[in-house]
Amino acid sequence: MRAIAIAGAGLAGLTAAQELRRLGYDGEISVVGAERHRPYRRPPLSKEYLLDRDTDLNLAGTEQLDVTWLLGQAATGLDLTGRRLHRGTLPTVTFDGLIIATGVRARTLPGTGDLRGVITLRGLDDARALHAALATRPRTVVAGAGFLGSEVAATLRALDLPVTLVESAPVPLLRPLGEPVGTIIADLHRAHGVDLRLGRRVIAAAGAGHVEAVRLDDGTVLSADLLVVALGAEPHIEWLRGCRLRLDGGVVVDSHGLAAPQVAAAGDVARRPSALLGGDLIRVEHYSNAIEQGTHAARALLGIADRFDPVPTFWCHLYGHRLQAVGFTGAGHHPKLVASEPDGRFLAEYHRNGRVVGAATVGFLRRLPAYRRLITNEYA
Amino acid sequence: MMRVRVDLTLCQTHAQCVFAAPEVFALDDDDELVYEATPGDALRPAVEQAVRLCPVQAIFLDGD
Repeated sequence: MRAIAIAGAGLAGLTAAQELRRLGYDGEISVVGAERHRPYRRPPLSKEYLLDRDTDLNLAGTEQLDVTWLLGQAATGLDLTGRRLHRGTLPTVTFDGLIIATGVRARTLPGTGDLRGVITLRGLDDARALHAALATRPRTVVAGAGFLGSEVAATLRALDLPVTLVESAPVPLLRPLGEPVGTIIADLHRAHGVDLRLGRRVIAAAGAGHVEAVRLDDGTVLSADLLVVALGAEPHIEWLRGCRLRLDGGVVVDSHGLAAPQVAAAGDVARRPSALLGGDLIRVEHYSNAIEQGTHAARALLGIADRFDPVPTFWCHLYGHRLQAVGFTGAGHHPKLVASEPDGRFLAEYHRNGRVVGAATVGFLRRLPAYRRLITNEYA
Repeated sequence: MMRVRVDLTLCQTHAQCVFAAPEVFALDDDDELVYEATPGDALRPAVEQAVRLCPVQAIFLDGD
């Protein structure tokens, strides 16, 4: 293999490139990225970066990496037979091996696109715009109380800004963590002064050029200077339509990480079978997965990859509380609180077919490694 | 010999290292990070993975 293209210049793509070099691959590597920035640390964008624009976002080793950066234009098409990536009107990129790591795109709120003061947070430029907007001390509505919306709301409260957090589900973080944990998170938001509107959706924003009011589906109108849209994300796969890869809620890969011969996928965009979940296809949007799967994709292209089936881990920091989780913690996995303290500390277990498949906690972090071992051993 | 150093002023206890290399990194009774500074070389791949996974890049690996 003499030329490898990586579509996507995020953490998964970067990690794949680093692993290729670490393994001694000395051919060409071209990294195609939609943003004009080289890879950077994304987790601070909803937290520290909004408090301090000087927050260091550098990913170690990016500067020294021997790759060709093709930034500012996403891959727009793939010719699998001709082994060619299209980039709009720019020259194509030819390859022997390809890693697809195009990540996800934030869902937007239809009908709000032209209004200033509506920010959909995904990339660095969005975070810069949000940071600038916060300087005017706006009254803010956050649409969506998932990880991102919850973290943004907590950060705004740290700045002592008024926040209304609107979530269509009965509790925040319902889908990723289930109802019992979501209830605790709801209490946490309220205790920190967030005006939490559950079971409600934002349906429109209005104003003369700039947002002045946000309307909910029950007719409530909230006065606001800023609307932050945090309604989750969709895998960035439209550009792959019609090119014979299996697309099903992501780029589907086999247990070795391959979507086709010499074509791997990694990170938020990749959907893989999980043995622990009975072979179900899963897509994991967590930081550690981007690194583990990026590393694995490089090995898959070089033909030295094992089966890829790690137990996921992730975290979310809210109001100084550190929520951490291992395994599969979705609402569908029978969440059960096994510890819950008045100060907000808790430990939750998640089960499938009578086996533990996940655990989440605030305050009982040192219990998690044992859970991870348990889950890993049950896998075998 | 491999030397591990963690900048504890950067560490936010995401515990990714504890999952990646439990023989080297652990949590004490207060959920703060403790670690073995001179683990055996057999643990190098696990420590390298911990370095990669640390979201605040607080783990450093010196020497060979």
